[in-house]
Amino acid sequence: MISVASATKRYGRTAVVDDVALELGDVGVTAIIGANGAGKSTLLSLIGRLLPLDSGRIEIDGLDVGATKGDVLARLVAVLRQENHLTARLTVRDLVGFGRFPHGRGRIDAAGRAAIEEAIAYLDLEPFAERFLDELSGGQRQRAFIAMALAQDTRYLLLDEPLNSLDLRHAVEIMRLLRRLAAERGTRVVVVLHDLNFAAAHADRIVAMRDGRVIADGPPASVMRSEVLEAVYDLPIDVREIDGSPVGLYFR
Amino acid sequence: MRTEPSVIERMPRAAAAPDALARRGARDRVVVALARPGVRLALLAALAAASVAVFVFVGIEGSWAFAVPFRLRKVAAMLLVAVAIGVSTVLFQTITGNRILSPAIMGFDALYVLIQTVVVFAFGAGALATTDPNLMWLVEVGAMVVFSGLLFRWVFARSARSVHLLVLVGIVFGVLFRSVSSFMQRMLDPAAFAVLQDSFFASFTGVDETLLGISAVAVVTVTAVAVPLVRRLDVLLLGESHAIGLGVDHRRTVAVVLVLVAVLVSVSTALVGPVAFFGLLVANLAYLVVGSFRHAATLPAAVLLGVICLVGGQFLLEQLGLGTALSVVIEFVGGIVFILMLVRKGVR
Repeated sequence: MISVASATKRYGRTAVVDDVALELGDVGVTAIIGANGAGKSTLLSLIGRLLPLDSGRIEIDGLDVGATKGDVLARLVAVLRQENHLTARLTVRDLVGFGRFPHGRGRIDAAGRAAIEEAIAYLDLEPFAERFLDELSGGQRQRAFIAMALAQDTRYLLLDEPLNSLDLRHAVEIMRLLRRLAAERGTRVVVVLHDLNFAAAHADRIVAMRDGRVIADGPPASVMRSEVLEAVYDLPIDVREIDGSPVGLYFR
Repeated sequence: MRTEPSVIERMPRAAAAPDALARRGARDRVVVALARPGVRLALLAALAAASVAVFVFVGIEGSWAFAVPFRLRKVAAMLLVAVAIGVSTVLFQTITGNRILSPAIMGFDALYVLIQTVVVFAFGAGALATTDPNLMWLVEVGAMVVFSGLLFRWVFARSARSVHLLVLVGIVFGVLFRSVSSFMQRMLDPAAFAVLQDSFFASFTGVDETLLGISAVAVVTVTAVAVPLVRRLDVLLLGESHAIGLGVDHRRTVAVVLVLVAVLVSVSTALVGPVAFFGLLVANLAYLVVGSFRHAATLPAAVLLGVICLVGGQFLLEQLGLGTALSVVIEFVGGIVFILMLVRKGVR
């Protein structure tokens, strides 16, 4: 379990994450939604110890994120942020190989090689394995980074807006993949999403944030209600049921 | 294509067809082998060794007993400079994630110049001549390491931990150091200024040989610290958040690397004076030639290319009777490479 206790992060005087208390990782896929600046990405970075906490405490399976050694956490939680510009030219297989770094301090044994090939296969990247990342499309590159996180072989996977700059087909594929990971490998996925309908369609649980606080939290059916979503986004959102699942209409 | 029939004719007729296949296989194997970083490194090493050999042994007219040790000392100095500049630039580019930066941009060599200027300004040109150069050098390295440490703590202690901020601050400090140095130099008496000026002009031949011993110790120590880090450095290439996500202590690694860079820049600046573009040249050539992103390959490649450029270049220029022009040629070529990179990739 990921337990967040009164976590606070400030930039200057504004609390971007304001006294958040939350338990995550109880279900397969948890989506964090909210408007720009609601603090969702910051919260994810705090959990993934990419940013230091100002106050509060975050534990993953009982390990304090601020005090545990980096490689121990790296075998427990993988985190992907939208920072996929690389100076070096890497092939897909090189990149996925980095996922094994926490397991062998950079040395890759037979089990590691098997994990790399499995991750590449899992994301259908075999045809591109020897290609350089800068030769791939946005969707393929996104999958390559997810494959790296997969090779890391962790119980928890944190993703910050993995659907950014992907077309509809690739976005749907990534979300299906996350579902599959949760179902087949028992990975607990926490994903920050912009599009609430993707959250509604694929997540088991939705956490809605506003102004650094959690203002709604529960299964999609309980969060996908007009009055809740209006409070989250400051926008009247009509929610209809289509084929048994809620869909928010906000385009007009 | 035209040579092929004759090659086949020399083979036994019956074996011609399978042999052609075998030959193509052999050619493919050569191509594959050439693609391997290890093979490329070995070729670079051979070329570097050849440069050293011709530099030391070709064209000795007088006593070998004098000429060979004399030239070997020069080679030793150039080797140290090649290691110092090649390794410091590659390391620096890795921690900043930027391939058109070099430690010179951080104001490292400017600080070195400032320290020397302050010494001459305060104690006169005699001080530079009478102080034990090793002691002087140690003090300067100390100051450089303290400076990089302060810079690091000051910038990284703030919540926005950004290497780019660090570099910007470095640039500002660099300008400050240069301005203060040139201000002080203007107020010096002309004789003292001439002594000082002489020690700043980059020269790969007029190496300060009194510092060879201590420079060698520094370079070996830095190498001993850097070698176990190479795999972690590879991970740093993915950027800060990926590196942290993969369990690398980013802050600590960057701090250690900055200290290593400070020591190496002190070595090269003390030996040959400030060089702006040489590091940029060898580092980028190394990435290009070695065909691998791994530091286990790029670091030695940058060093070997540095040796080839310095020793081989010096040999060629001496043959042309232009022995003192190497720094000019290298900075010229390096400057052109820098401009080409700027134009091609934009400032990234």
